Amino acid sequence: MAYSDKVLDHYNHPRNVGSMDKNDSHVGTGMVGAPECGDVMKLQIKVNPETGIIDDAKFKTFGCGSAIASSSLATEWLKGKTVDEALAIKNTDIVNELALPPVKIHCSVLAEDAIKAAITDYKVKQGADVSALVQAH
Amino acid sequence: MKPIYFDNHATTQLDPRVLQAMLPYFTEHFGNAASRNHAYGWEAEEAVEKSRRQIASLIGANSKEIVFTSGATESNNLAIKGVAEMYAEKGNHIITAATEHKAVLDTCKHLEKKGCRVTYLPVMGDGRIDLDMLRDAITDQTILISIMYANNEIGVVQPIAGIGKIAKERGVLFHTDAVQAVGKIPVSVIADNVDLMSITGHKMYGPKGVGALYVRRKSPRVQLTAQMDGGGHERGMRSGTLNVPGIVGLGEACAIAQAEMPEESKRLQAMRDRLRAKFEVALDEVFINGSMEHRLPHNLNMSFAYVEGESLLMGIDDIAVSSGSACTSATLEPSYVLKALGLGDDMAHTSIRFGLGRFNTDAEIDYVADKLISVVKKLRELSPLYEMVKEGIDLSKVQWTAH
Repeated sequence: MAYSDKVLDHYNHPRNVGSMDKNDSHVGTGMVGAPECGDVMKLQIKVNPETGIIDDAKFKTFGCGSAIASSSLATEWLKGKTVDEALAIKNTDIVNELALPPVKIHCSVLAEDAIKAAITDYKVKQGADVSALVQAH
Repeated sequence: MKPIYFDNHATTQLDPRVLQAMLPYFTEHFGNAASRNHAYGWEAEEAVEKSRRQIASLIGANSKEIVFTSGATESNNLAIKGVAEMYAEKGNHIITAATEHKAVLDTCKHLEKKGCRVTYLPVMGDGRIDLDMLRDAITDQTILISIMYANNEIGVVQPIAGIGKIAKERGVLFHTDAVQAVGKIPVSVIADNVDLMSITGHKMYGPKGVGALYVRRKSPRVQLTAQMDGGGHERGMRSGTLNVPGIVGLGEACAIAQAEMPEESKRLQAMRDRLRAKFEVALDEVFINGSMEHRLPHNLNMSFAYVEGESLLMGIDDIAVSSGSACTSATLEPSYVLKALGLGDDMAHTSIRFGLGRFNTDAEIDYVADKLISVVKKLRELSPLYEMVKEGIDLSKVQWTAH
């Protein structure tokens, strides 16, 4: 299979690889996929409490080159966006940017799912935080 | 620079000596081996008969028992369908194994649609069939056992002599797809009680498009229904003008293999073992798939846990190998051979097959080992699974979101 230059670039120079503290209340973690399916993506966002903007994003992916590229690209796009703007990222945007062939569209779907899962986790945490504060007082 | 070739189970480079033997039969000696009335035909026929002797000598057969075909897929089709049709009155049951090549499995599936009953024996964790299970599977309707000599993915060698003995005792014909074994390890149709054996040229440094089927002539005399009708070539079992240059090449490849096998297999096994040792020293969580004891000397199949196969291949694009990962197959299913060993899909996705061959060097082993180790390490840095395992998380207990 021939890979697009952009997929190769992300594979060879993945952006924002790493992990953040998943217990940090400003960090949202999304983990999607399954080892049996050959793809697992972990995507994390860190939201600035003052501005509501995603300051940092990190990923780790087990999967093919297109899956690695999709999640690497997602972290690039997430940085600097508000949570609501991030929710607007669609898998088709990733497909177009990376020129993914039809057989690799599921990689982009997984990346979109990972973004949504990370944001959901962040939102739940914000809710949990509030109740924790109430209890402390 | 062309990639280093470590995919010799898929095909092999033609040996230049084989090419030299073939060349005259494209031009000066272009005759039809079936032309009985002039010198062109005679010299072609002579070359074909020489090849028959070379092949027969390698597998312990008589040259009259060699039927030329276009390759092992045709040989497998001819053997299995030919027996099923010829012996239909005797029975309709065939026994094969889950890890066979598609040329055998799909031929069996075809026959199931035509009313045959097929038993697909499972394999044990080491990739070999259980002889007791084979014995129990035989019924009074069983006409054929078809079990491969050595597997194309994991290189595991089946207990061929044991199968042959059971088949003979029970009066059932025994066919073996031996394309990965012939020319690589000693093979004897006499000692192993094999009745039908598929061979191909291009897995043993011969040309593509030519193969052979060994068909036993004595005790028992095996008969086959031809699958190709025409001029009645090859004792009526396979019509079609003989591919004389290809046949010459197959014969020469067999002769070279026979002369050089003892030395070559030792050399390849040492290289293979060195490759394995390098991986095991440098990396944790690597696993061999299939028996090491009953294995072709030039095969290594390893799972590099927590690193997906296709992404691994992408990082070693200057090395030609195969992966059991779904992403590298047309069906998007991980290797059915590895799954038959009991491997989970997760481990099958991380497997790489290394097939060493005659033209590989020690320097290539070092290069491949170093390159692969560095890419595995890099991808494990990227792998959420490796991170979780290092944190002490049991992956089997994680609630994954299937997609």
